[in-house]
Amino acid sequence: MTSDPRRPLRTIVATDCGSTTTKAILIERVGDEYRQTYRGEAPTTVEAPFEDVTRGVLNAIAEIEELSGRKILDGEKIITPSGASGDPKVGVDIYISTSSAGGGLQMMVAGVVQSMTAESAQRCALGAGAIVMDVLASNDGRLPHEKIERIRSLRPDMILLSGGTDGGTVTHVVEMAEYIAAAEPRPRLGMSYNLPLIYAGNKDARARISEILGKKTALTITENLRPVLERENLGPARAKIHDLFLEHVMAQAPGYKKLISWAGAPIMPTPAAVGLIMETVAKKQGINLIGVDIGGATTDVFSVFHGIFNRTVSANLGMSYSISNVLAEATLDNIMRWVPFSIDEQDLRNRIKNKMIRPTTVPQTLDELQIEQAIAREALRLALIHHKSLATGLKGVQQVRSISDVFEQTASGKTLVDMLKLDLIVGSGGILSHAPRRVQSFLMMVDAYEPLGFTELAVDSIFMMPHLGVLSTVNEQAATDVFVRDCLIHLGTCVAPIGQGARGARCADYTITFPSGRELVKGTLAFGEVRLFPLAVGEEATVAMAPARSVDLGAGKGVPVERRARGGVVGVMLDGRERPLQLPTQTDERVRALKHWHAALNLYPE
Amino acid sequence: MAHTYTPGLTVTPRTVVSKKRILPLSGTVLVEAGEAVTAATVVARAELPGKVHVVNLVNQLGILPEDLPDYMVTREGNRIQQGDVLAETKPFLKWFKTQVRSPITGTVETISTATGQVILREPPRPVELFAYLDGTVAEVLPGQGVQVETTCAFIQGIFGIGGETWGTLVMGVASPEEDVTAAHFTAAHAGKIVVGGAFVGAEALARARAVGVKGVVVGGMHDQDLRALLGYDLGVAITGTETVGFTLVLTEGFGRIPMARRTFELLRKLDGRKASISGATQIRAGVIRPEIIVPLAPDEQIQGIEAGQWGEARGGIKVGDPVRVIRAPFFGRIGQVVGLPSDLQMIPTESRVRVMEVQFTDGSRAVIPRANIEVIEG
Repeated sequence: MTSDPRRPLRTIVATDCGSTTTKAILIERVGDEYRQTYRGEAPTTVEAPFEDVTRGVLNAIAEIEELSGRKILDGEKIITPSGASGDPKVGVDIYISTSSAGGGLQMMVAGVVQSMTAESAQRCALGAGAIVMDVLASNDGRLPHEKIERIRSLRPDMILLSGGTDGGTVTHVVEMAEYIAAAEPRPRLGMSYNLPLIYAGNKDARARISEILGKKTALTITENLRPVLERENLGPARAKIHDLFLEHVMAQAPGYKKLISWAGAPIMPTPAAVGLIMETVAKKQGINLIGVDIGGATTDVFSVFHGIFNRTVSANLGMSYSISNVLAEATLDNIMRWVPFSIDEQDLRNRIKNKMIRPTTVPQTLDELQIEQAIAREALRLALIHHKSLATGLKGVQQVRSISDVFEQTASGKTLVDMLKLDLIVGSGGILSHAPRRVQSFLMMVDAYEPLGFTELAVDSIFMMPHLGVLSTVNEQAATDVFVRDCLIHLGTCVAPIGQGARGARCADYTITFPSGRELVKGTLAFGEVRLFPLAVGEEATVAMAPARSVDLGAGKGVPVERRARGGVVGVMLDGRERPLQLPTQTDERVRALKHWHAALNLYPE
Repeated sequence: MAHTYTPGLTVTPRTVVSKKRILPLSGTVLVEAGEAVTAATVVARAELPGKVHVVNLVNQLGILPEDLPDYMVTREGNRIQQGDVLAETKPFLKWFKTQVRSPITGTVETISTATGQVILREPPRPVELFAYLDGTVAEVLPGQGVQVETTCAFIQGIFGIGGETWGTLVMGVASPEEDVTAAHFTAAHAGKIVVGGAFVGAEALARARAVGVKGVVVGGMHDQDLRALLGYDLGVAITGTETVGFTLVLTEGFGRIPMARRTFELLRKLDGRKASISGATQIRAGVIRPEIIVPLAPDEQIQGIEAGQWGEARGGIKVGDPVRVIRAPFFGRIGQVVGLPSDLQMIPTESRVRVMEVQFTDGSRAVIPRANIEVIEG
């Protein structure tokens, strides 16, 4: 359902079919720019009794019709293009969609060397929006029969096999292919078709791979994702993953054939679309950013540093279905360090498990809210650690060292995530997007990520990044317009000096010059102290920091720094809580410090 | 179009339950449509491919992979016994011969001239699929399995561990408020499904395992006791494959929570009957809750328990409905809906949510987010 490609797009309806909810948004051209104007949602209808994803899509669009007064549906069809009947309030120019219904895209990846081709394959699958169920490698420590048993028991939607550089040895990648063939892997959905398998390894092994896997899988061969050790080439394999996602996986899910026929652009896996919009925005604005989507079951982290995009998904860090796993991974002490009161361990454990088994409940009391936000901090923190470990430079690559590098023994494969060079953090997901006070989202991200120097923070207002990602493939201008104007709620800027010092000792002197004649403020920030200065959305202030001798704000220890800081619904926060962030170890002292910070930021009601 | 869906677990004295029984891979269905089955009837059978063994012959023989076919004694597809020679060298002098023998009995699956390894497969393992319910075969899905249907009393729990089992249902306690303790489990409970009241602790669970119960159905337990029982911290709510010696079904949640009176009374009326239970829980899209199914005779009615509707069938919540609070600060308390304001209201967290006013059994009232209540049927 597309209109004439030569005609400019004026109205766009986009949906994201999630596991539980289908969210629709209407984007319209208003004057010279695109704006998101209406939204609607309805339960996703992939499962019984409906078993047709289009029911939920029609319901969500019908809600937009009701709110906007625009007629979009003609029975069970989307009217395109807009205004064809002569009435400008009838129809839309294009319908586009993303999908993560039915558990999203679940993949298994295999390579030869764990830290090299297997890791590249993992990055490729993650970047394509998949959940990676397991990573197999010749040197992963498992015996052959253990690998085969694992492949057999997994039942992924798709397998990505890589291994070897072009022209290198074929033995090991062929060995992996033999294991896969012996396992006779079967797809997750449906019994009647062969499992899609993408081969993106040594090109010299293609004939052998076809021989071994051609009959047992739906084999697709594409360019090697690691043609030489020094370079990754993830694009072709990623594109193949998207093609196969549509052809095989989506086509098996109920109603998707119809949905695909409606859409004016290929349906993308939801996380792939989110990654795409982040990558587009980062490149367009020339910034480094981290995006996070913390959901009920998983936490996705996206980053773009110096133009390199990475995505990871922490499959079992979430705020409802997998909330117990956050407790298991983070440990009770790490969660409790963020809670400004004491609670019995047994009581807390039971509360967390009850949230897990009744995931739709909401905190009614302040202490319940504080506990959930404490858990969110740990989920965010752990997911970023996971992300940093995978968003790295290529491992196993020889580095040229100069004489000045002799004493700096950095290994190859260093993380690309550099918090000091980070410009923007974008948070998304219920606990961040729907926190009762925006400053709570701000502090959750600051506590979890410990940004260094000057960092801007924002939240996704209604989770429309997936829609904008797929829109960017059709009209980049429309996608970035809406992203900047309607998608993000700018929270403000965190200014965090790097260094340690005695509580109360001088950390840095500051001078903040506000726009439009507002009186400048001067003062001294002490260690262990936070200060918040309101600065409205769209405003910028000049923040001059003169740090103590042992303190760094990005220009070196003791070197003064002056930078523009953008405002937001929270403002500018000066964070003197040391970096790495230090919390008192004694319970009474810690509770007192937390209460002091919360009061300074007006974090919770009295 | 959209309406408020208030979650509620099914507790009904009479309904028809239909279960799809599907093999993990294609096989043979052993029963016919309309046939009566018991829980232990094998309704379908399949052969799981045998375990695979990899033998690297080139390393052991000291040859090149491409030369391997010249040294093979067996061929792809051949059956072999453990100890049979797979490949051997052909030296000029016989006593320098090296032989590689099969570590298993099975078949030769592949001989690779690329890697020099041979893949051997053990004979297939039969897998049998039980009916799980006493009932009739409603439909045969050729090669895949069957649909078994039964008229039964049906109770859903909120959380469980352990797989499908069946046995005689017996009451372990006298009231829904009573804890089931170690002293309640006796040798007479071996092979039985025991119903407790508000709580089961670690000591009682250990005793239940020792006497050999097949299942425990109870209101609540502590998470710490669950961790002790499993030996690990359960992170994600996907269960059903645990092997702790019995199947456990919680009807209310974590903590000490009296079993809903209606659930307890229904179970009491089913005392001594054969029940099929499953602890499998999956709390994501495609929710699976643990269950207790007690088949009934065709015209049988359980007296004294009113049949109610549940979930979406009842069309949302109304003033007068009995409800239970499922989140602090009133967790586990039971009351009646007395007000359903339509506007969003601010709660103490400062969130604006849809709420309801509930009057508890002691006459006190509270305003509670709608997301934090559960309808009690009947």
